[in-house]
Amino acid sequence: MQTPSELKYAASHEWLAPDGTVGISDFAQDQLGDVVYVELPEVGRVVSAGETVAVVESVKTASDIYAPASGTIVAVNEALSGSPELVNSGAYTDGWLFRLDVTEESGDLMDANAYSAANN
Amino acid sequence: MTPTTETPLKRTPLHAAHLRAGARMVPFGGWDMPVQYAGVKAEHEAVRTRAAMFDVSHMGEFRVSGPDAEAFLQRVTTNDVSKLRPGRAGYNWLPNESGGLVDDIYVYRVGETEFLLVVNASNIEKDWTHLQTHAAGYDVTLTDESPEWGLLALQGPQAEALLQPHTDVDLSAKKKNAFFPGTLLEFPVMFARTGYTGEDGFEVFVKADDAEALWDRLIAVGLTPAGLGARDTLRLEAGFPLYGHEFADDLHPLASTYSWVVKDKDHVGRAGIQAAPTVRLIGLALDRVPVREGYPVLLGGESVGHVTSGSTSPTLGHPIAMALVRADAANADAYEVEVRGKAHPARRVELPFYKR
Repeated sequence: MQTPSELKYAASHEWLAPDGTVGISDFAQDQLGDVVYVELPEVGRVVSAGETVAVVESVKTASDIYAPASGTIVAVNEALSGSPELVNSGAYTDGWLFRLDVTEESGDLMDANAYSAANN
Repeated sequence: MTPTTETPLKRTPLHAAHLRAGARMVPFGGWDMPVQYAGVKAEHEAVRTRAAMFDVSHMGEFRVSGPDAEAFLQRVTTNDVSKLRPGRAGYNWLPNESGGLVDDIYVYRVGETEFLLVVNASNIEKDWTHLQTHAAGYDVTLTDESPEWGLLALQGPQAEALLQPHTDVDLSAKKKNAFFPGTLLEFPVMFARTGYTGEDGFEVFVKADDAEALWDRLIAVGLTPAGLGARDTLRLEAGFPLYGHEFADDLHPLASTYSWVVKDKDHVGRAGIQAAPTVRLIGLALDRVPVREGYPVLLGGESVGHVTSGSTSPTLGHPIAMALVRADAANADAYEVEVRGKAHPARRVELPFYKR
């Protein structure tokens, strides 16, 4: 299971990149299984850390995605509407969900080591 | 996921084999069961195009024997058991007295005075109590053999070809719903040409002590394991109801399209299901947004029912659902399903969604 060290991680399995990009971890996509649908927020929406902002659905279940930081949604991954499986094949790359203009990170984010340790 | 009770989950004889195969295990009806191995979509596709193998050992097996076995089953089930010859099996219902189902089951006729019932895992205790209660006055012996049997479902268009080299029975001579003894990879088993996937296939009863060895041998000859996730998407595509979703103690079974399961005879549920159902089970198809159990179904902006089972269909590539809607609102072509507060268009389609 990959856990890139340049990212920060929420206990609810979202990752946050230094540029504000958000996705779900490799661990999370593996747990979910085949992703068939992703519901993304509208660009321009102002969100608070911990707020439900997206939904990732696998064949079996729907999973809420929480904002790992407060800020404004400045971009969403349009490719996911046609190819939701990118979340499985590239959790840290092509499968990113949305990008935030971060005003304040959640205080509970973990570094890669802590996140890996929490999910073993 | 938070467990709601402290009761330890039950394990099938194949539990260790599932862990070895890297299965993701989930609680299901009180059992610790594999939901997937390689992935739901891949396992689903394997069953539709080749063959795969499910552990369904969690299901219950009751033996009913004695001079009154047939008369007793005629009383407690809705379908006509007298039409089953020894060596044949049939789908059936256990009705309650108030217009609902205790369970939906399969009845296998072993001999003139002997039957085997296969019941849903989550209903084993309830069914057992129900049958015991109604057995009074009949010369029958009921035996709960659930712990003694492993049950494997070998499903898919290539199931017969994959199994034939490893059994002493000519499988091509066995029709749907045949029930017969044989050997499979030297293990003594009972075969049934039955299943719950919408494909051809076999269900194999094997002694619990032999189950793991047989499972490993079947993997070695080319059957891949499939989990409950694929089992659910396969049965949904095939339009098969699942107890707890489309059937329940307080749900009129004739809301479904399975009216042929009820024959004109004096069964326990006769009075209860005499009244017409007030709801009907319909099929829905959506473009993109998956819909799940419990989501409201709208007609003209008004809620007329709810989704009972829903998923994205791996075969069709779009979301499908079964829904119970008010009988007077069951004939529209177009509905909406409310997903997280937003209404999404859904069109009514005939069940089943998929037919081989």
